[in-house]
Amino acid sequence: MDSFFVYISVILIVIISIPLYRIYLGPTLYDRILGAGAIGTKTLVLIVLIGCVYGRLEMFLDITLAYAVLNFIGVLAIAKYLNSARGRHG
Amino acid sequence: MGEIQNLLAVLMISFGAFFMFVGSCGIVRLPDFYSRSHAASLGDTLGIILVLGGLMVYEGFTMNSAKLFIAIVFVAHASPTGSHAIARAAFRAGLKPWFKTNESDRE
Repeated sequence: MDSFFVYISVILIVIISIPLYRIYLGPTLYDRILGAGAIGTKTLVLIVLIGCVYGRLEMFLDITLAYAVLNFIGVLAIAKYLNSARGRHG
Repeated sequence: MGEIQNLLAVLMISFGAFFMFVGSCGIVRLPDFYSRSHAASLGDTLGIILVLGGLMVYEGFTMNSAKLFIAIVFVAHASPTGSHAIARAAFRAGLKPWFKTNESDRE
């Protein structure tokens, strides 16, 4: 079961690196923010799987919860900022 | 019992990784921002729910399982909300949706 978690972690790293394409040459600013948010939510799963591989799931789960809250607040703050400063972005 | 638990966990985690892969491909392949945001929010949410649910099945009834359940509930609410907030900001800034026909044909 441990080797299965390692395999899934490696596959997940490949999956996480796919939206980097959209971040690098997204046509608009919103595409880049969307790709960054997608990478953040998938990293959350990667942290839990790393905790399973190391056998210290209880510590890594606390990190996961804090990371999820910070990711959510970051996306909401960027969306709010873009709403308030409208018209200057492509 | 342990065998069934492991089998169910492997199946759920594999399907979750598959859905996250579909979401990533959708972010790269789809034609405009709104459809990309659809792919990102739906695929990621279902993938995370399946992977963390599979880990809950693998853990059994422990404290870790309860924390995983809290993480699932939080992600299931937060991921669509964040996606909606970005799409609303884009719509208010005047980003046009993509149509299959040209501008001139559409009248």
